[in-house]
Amino acid sequence: MTHHDIELSVNGTEHELSVEPRTLLAHALRDELGYTGTNVGCETTMCGACTVLLDGDAVKSCTVLAVQADGAEVKTVEGLSDDGEFHPLQKSFQKEHGLQCGYCTPGMMMTALDVLEDNPDPDDAEIREALEGNICRCTGYQNIINAVKSAADDMGGVSGAD
Amino acid sequence: MPDSIEAGQAEKLQGSPVERREDPELLTGEATFTDDMEPRGTVHMAVLRSQYGHARIESIDTSAAEELDGVLAVYTADDVAASEAPGQIEPIWLLPDLKRPPYPMLARDKARYQGQPVAVAVADDRYRASDAVDAIDVTYDRLEAVTGAREATDEDAPTIHEEAPENVAAEWDVGDEEATDEAFENADRTVSVDLVNQRLLPTAMEPRVTLANYRPSADELVVHMGTQCPHLHRRFMADMLDFPEQKMRVIAPEVGGGFGSKDSAHPDEALTAWCSLQLERPVKWQATRTEAYASTGHGRGQETTAEIAVDEDGSIQALRVETYGDLGGYLSTWGPLMPAHGYALMLPGQYDVENVYCEVTEVFTNATPTEPYRGAGRPEASYVIERLATLAARELDMDPVEFRRKNFISRDDFPHETATGLLYDSGDYDKTLDRAIEMADLEALREKQADLREEGRYLGIGISCYNESCGYGPSEIIGQIGGQLGLYENGVVRFHPSGSVTVYCGTSGHGQGHETTYAQIVADELGVDYDDIEVIEGDTDEVPMGMGTYGSRSVSVGGSAIVEASREVVEKAGTIAAHHLEVSEEDLEFEDGEFQITGAPARSMTIQEVAREAYLAHDLPDGTSPGLEATNFYDPENLVFPFGTHIVVVEVDPDTGEVDIERYVAVDDCGNQINPKIVEGQVHGAIAQGLGQGLFEGVEYDENGTLLTGSMQDYTLPKAFQVPEYETDHTVTPSPHNPLGAKGIGEAGTIAAPPAVVNAVTDALQPFGIDHIDMPLTDETVWQAIQHATAEPGGAD
Ligand code: FES
Ligand code: FES
Repeated sequence: MTHHDIELSVNGTEHELSVEPRTLLAHALRDELGYTGTNVGCETTMCGACTVLLDGDAVKSCTVLAVQADGAEVKTVEGLSDDGEFHPLQKSFQKEHGLQCGYCTPGMMMTALDVLEDNPDPDDAEIREALEGNICRCTGYQNIINAVKSAADDMGGVSGAD
Repeated sequence: MPDSIEAGQAEKLQGSPVERREDPELLTGEATFTDDMEPRGTVHMAVLRSQYGHARIESIDTSAAEELDGVLAVYTADDVAASEAPGQIEPIWLLPDLKRPPYPMLARDKARYQGQPVAVAVADDRYRASDAVDAIDVTYDRLEAVTGAREATDEDAPTIHEEAPENVAAEWDVGDEEATDEAFENADRTVSVDLVNQRLLPTAMEPRVTLANYRPSADELVVHMGTQCPHLHRRFMADMLDFPEQKMRVIAPEVGGGFGSKDSAHPDEALTAWCSLQLERPVKWQATRTEAYASTGHGRGQETTAEIAVDEDGSIQALRVETYGDLGGYLSTWGPLMPAHGYALMLPGQYDVENVYCEVTEVFTNATPTEPYRGAGRPEASYVIERLATLAARELDMDPVEFRRKNFISRDDFPHETATGLLYDSGDYDKTLDRAIEMADLEALREKQADLREEGRYLGIGISCYNESCGYGPSEIIGQIGGQLGLYENGVVRFHPSGSVTVYCGTSGHGQGHETTYAQIVADELGVDYDDIEVIEGDTDEVPMGMGTYGSRSVSVGGSAIVEASREVVEKAGTIAAHHLEVSEEDLEFEDGEFQITGAPARSMTIQEVAREAYLAHDLPDGTSPGLEATNFYDPENLVFPFGTHIVVVEVDPDTGEVDIERYVAVDDCGNQINPKIVEGQVHGAIAQGLGQGLFEGVEYDENGTLLTGSMQDYTLPKAFQVPEYETDHTVTPSPHNPLGAKGIGEAGTIAAPPAVVNAVTDALQPFGIDHIDMPLTDETVWQAIQHATAEPGGAD
């Protein structure tokens, strides 16, 4: 199968890679570039485990072809903390017990980051609606909602998304 | 619930909501799940699965697949047979006269469920492996299929296994039939109901995944996999592959949830290992979600006729139950357990019922084999008794709360032996009920319900009082009732010369925060800093033996093993300390990690100092060996029985059938809690799954055995906006049967929520005369029930 050369900036690092046209962005990130923090739970846009920021917007990387992301800036969970300092979302997820197995967590946090960018002070219902596309099978969601709220407080309305 | 705290903030660690030490890795993406690993030379396996529920396999042509670029090998059942690997899954729960047709890793002549592996292909990347699978040409002769346990026992149903011509794998019963029949005849009233406990998809977010690496130079097979019980999987695979167990190592790295679905043997994991043996290199396989849905064991799957006999005063006289348990196309590892011991023994629930009789028929169907799923039998039992309790109260025109209270086993009657032969350890059922009623303000709710009804709005209140059996063991009893394994647990506590400690446990967490919990336990036992304690699980080479994590057994059995090991360590340390302090052991007290001479507290030695001496071994008391560590095999004295009351409030829109959950109150009692924040998290997660069963989830097959709910598009899982904010609290009734006084909590919500929800919705729909609706109570199902009721004379208008 033919390959395409593409460029991706991931968490600020430039990468050049060669992918098949059918390669999913999720697999390119994980298998080609080693950003394995992004998890795959369904490959059909339903679970949200693979959510990353693509040019600042939360997208499910299992439904974007790597070639579509050519030239884009990607942010994954590996890019959340800043110089070893946890992002407010990482802190609040730990404090509020917003994770159990942690498989959905990277996707949850990336979605939450985008949500807080658009709405820095969401209420419970807004967070619940906004997380509609991210399934967590472990936590029953409540502590995730609490974590997102508490991160919003910590961030004081200033989103950490870039 | 207070926020979690850092370990240093806690005076006593047991009972404190300590932050999880597991989290930082998971929050940064550094945690390693199996699919994150790719040793040099890794190749990928993909599985061709039967597209039909029931079909004869006439021929398999692999030639086109083999010719594709990057394809290393394509294997069928013939190749497995030629390798001399037994290649067969064996059940580890046996019932008398159980029919045991072979369950091969690859279907040989016949496929008996959609999703059954038929061939595998190995290629240099996962895309090519799946291309290869697509290129395999199988000629099937499609056969008539049957799904649904009762239907599969119909006379004209197709036969699935020659060994079981009527499709019955086993008939089994418990209780006293004659006495129960008699009690039914003498009782004032009887109520009966037909119930379906639908099949469910466990849906751990990480699908099953295996990375097997056979290294010929060492003749060693190392398997990383998403498992709940590495030691059991090592045994399963050693048997299936006829590979020496001591040369095989199974490691569970980070595991993305299990809920029971990762404690059974499946063909795929063993096939991955088998391919690695053939190709002598690392082979990886990760199920896609669709594959996972078709091939990972489904949960539940029971059809029941249940009857209860009561007297006018509300006392339960007897319980009579007939259940058909759907095993699917083959006996899974634990398959026969759930409809029998896992379920039927728990039928009396929280009630003092003298006469119980339950007859179970375990049935083969053309569906994916059923396996344990969160609760594994107990949710099914609780559903039966809690639906019956509600219906009986209704029949007697009694308040459902009063009916329950009247029949509770009283707090003074523990240990309590049930008519099904269990010995409940401890309980105080009124206490959780009282607290739940208080939190919900039941009286006000009933008033609100009456007021709203006047306005044509339908509020419903559902109560569910559950108990659970967990912490399985003792091993001898497990053996007597059919288990082909011991249900003890192994704990090792090892001091290092520096004074730090490593703890090993045979359980294997996959989201439950064991490392945190166990470190809390050992820190208190040894008086060593929490941060100086490391916890290791999930590796058959590091941990001597283990039975794994399922059935809420980790703290009560695994935790007890490490408590006992800690105490053995302290005892040995005491001997050494006494020697160095030149006193007799009886004159020493151990507190907060220090051995002190009674009455002379100035003379003391810390356990870390003792550890140093123990490893230095220059001056040890006679007969004391060097080193400071202990290995404990803890075999529980009995099961433990957590319990609780859940109350759910719903409003049903009669025009659309939509069920809106207004409140969810849960009061649980799991004995002593080690980390209340983790307990709370388990409660939340299980309630969400229980609500999933009550309202959304359900596996559906068509008449050909084709899975209609084969992807997340077709199978509804609860989302954040579909579940309410849970109001939780707990009471504490310690178990007298283990040193921690702990029970289990992981399954409470999946047991309590389904009957609570159905009780609530049918309570809301009383004006329509609706007594029962089968789960899941989707808008359409509820709307249909209302339509049906209003169309009938006597229904509401
Ligand atoms: S893996 Fe992308 S949404 Fe599920
Ligand atoms: S924490 Fe396990 S799926 Fe969300």
